[in-house]
Amino acid sequence: MSDESRQNPEQPESDDSRRTFLKVAAGALGACYAGGIGYPVYRYLASPVEKAESVAAVNEVTVPDATSIPRNAALMFKFGTKPAMLIHHEDDTWTAVSAVCTHLGCTAGYDPQEKRIFCPCHNGVYDAKTGANVSGPPPKPLDRFNVEIVEGKAVVSRA
Amino acid sequence: MPDTDKLPSKVYGWLDERLGLTEIVALAGHKRVPEHKHSFWYYWGGITLFFFIVMCFTGVLLLLYYRPGEEAYESVRMITYEIHFGWLIRSTHSWAANLMVASAFVHMFSTYFMKAYRKPREFLWWSGLGLLSLAMLFGFSGYLLPMDELAFFATKVGLAIPGTIPVVGPWISDLVRGGPEISAYTISRFFALHVVILPALFIPLLMFHLALVQKHGMSIPESEEAKPESERKSIPFFPNFAMKDLAMWLIALNVLALLAAVFPWSLGPAADPLKPAPADIHPEWYFMTSFQILKIFGAWFPGAVGEFLGLASFNLGVVLWAIVPLFDPTSKSGKWGVRATYFGMFMLAAILVTTIWGYAVLPATP
Repeated sequence: MSDESRQNPEQPESDDSRRTFLKVAAGALGACYAGGIGYPVYRYLASPVEKAESVAAVNEVTVPDATSIPRNAALMFKFGTKPAMLIHHEDDTWTAVSAVCTHLGCTAGYDPQEKRIFCPCHNGVYDAKTGANVSGPPPKPLDRFNVEIVEGKAVVSRA
Repeated sequence: MPDTDKLPSKVYGWLDERLGLTEIVALAGHKRVPEHKHSFWYYWGGITLFFFIVMCFTGVLLLLYYRPGEEAYESVRMITYEIHFGWLIRSTHSWAANLMVASAFVHMFSTYFMKAYRKPREFLWWSGLGLLSLAMLFGFSGYLLPMDELAFFATKVGLAIPGTIPVVGPWISDLVRGGPEISAYTISRFFALHVVILPALFIPLLMFHLALVQKHGMSIPESEEAKPESERKSIPFFPNFAMKDLAMWLIALNVLALLAAVFPWSLGPAADPLKPAPADIHPEWYFMTSFQILKIFGAWFPGAVGEFLGLASFNLGVVLWAIVPLFDPTSKSGKWGVRATYFGMFMLAAILVTTIWGYAVLPATP
């Protein structure tokens, strides 16, 4: 760089530092503008994500009228933003698990005939009492919640 | 000259063989822009283009949350008060719309007085008028979309104007509105117009306009044309003019950001068709001239006569304005050139007077 400028009589060496300064200044100004426009646009685009995060950050959900669920049946409900199911077993015990299949995120459902949790997307099967993956592609059990029946309502909380 | 061993020059060579990049670069290198004491006005087309780009960008962002139809007001309320920086995006869109129409007017009048519409640039003039008309339709259709009180009544009044056209008027108005009253159907129609139909017309026309500028180059005013070619000055388009253009865009961006942030666009209460119109109901400033001319003639000649004369005189002005390249075609015919200049001054004065007049009498109109 300095070799070139020495060879060129029209560009004294002091021009080099001036040019560098101008380049840096223009770059910094450009970065300020990019940030000034980019930040509001990013926050604007991310608004629903932030909203969903605050909704998802729940630790406890109350399912009203839980006791109206017949035995050997399940009720789908939302735990935060994600689907979950509350299963009323034949022996009057309760299980609450996430309904998001651990394979590829389909919504699984309770299958009263086989008394199992079944995901129709790729035939994933989970144990209805524990949420453990029994057969098919699911790699791990469904997230399990604690259930407490209080005055006809089910209080479901993170385990 | 290029070092063929390096990857970037290899990529460049590969692209150049297929796309002819060197020709484009050479073309940009040869392009020169005249420089004289009126050169300042050359930037206004570019500034208008800049605001149009901002409109597209912010428009797409608003599209992510806006919902036409029954939920229109609620979605704009959410954008304005709940979505982070939604107020800023909306404010920027609204301010850029106004600044775009304003700079288009400056561009139009400066090209008019520089007589840039003369041969061979007639189609630049006509395509420019087409673009301005579309921009005003953009403004009119966009104004309704938030469906607040002002939007509702301004559109009601605006759609009553085509309703005054004899015989077919009411039919046209009903068809545009999608019924006898402004409803969710009207919003959906205006939305389709605003985000699909108008852009589909505007962008090709803009390309045509820009291609013609490339073909004919910048027009020079008579004072420059009188000089011998050797005395006329010019600067290279790249980088000199492009850098100046960029500087103007930067100024435009700063003005826009300042206005949008310091004077955020307000959202009035939701439209209620059963409530009387607010006292300060008025159209956007760029419709004030037509609004005021109709009002003036309506006051002078009551009834249908006034409406007809108002519409007729407004349209006469617009038609004469559009055909100016035909009655002032070359710089040699001095008489018509002077007449065209006086006509331009009259039009400018008429727009300024009717607009200021329109705003001055606002609170008095119930």
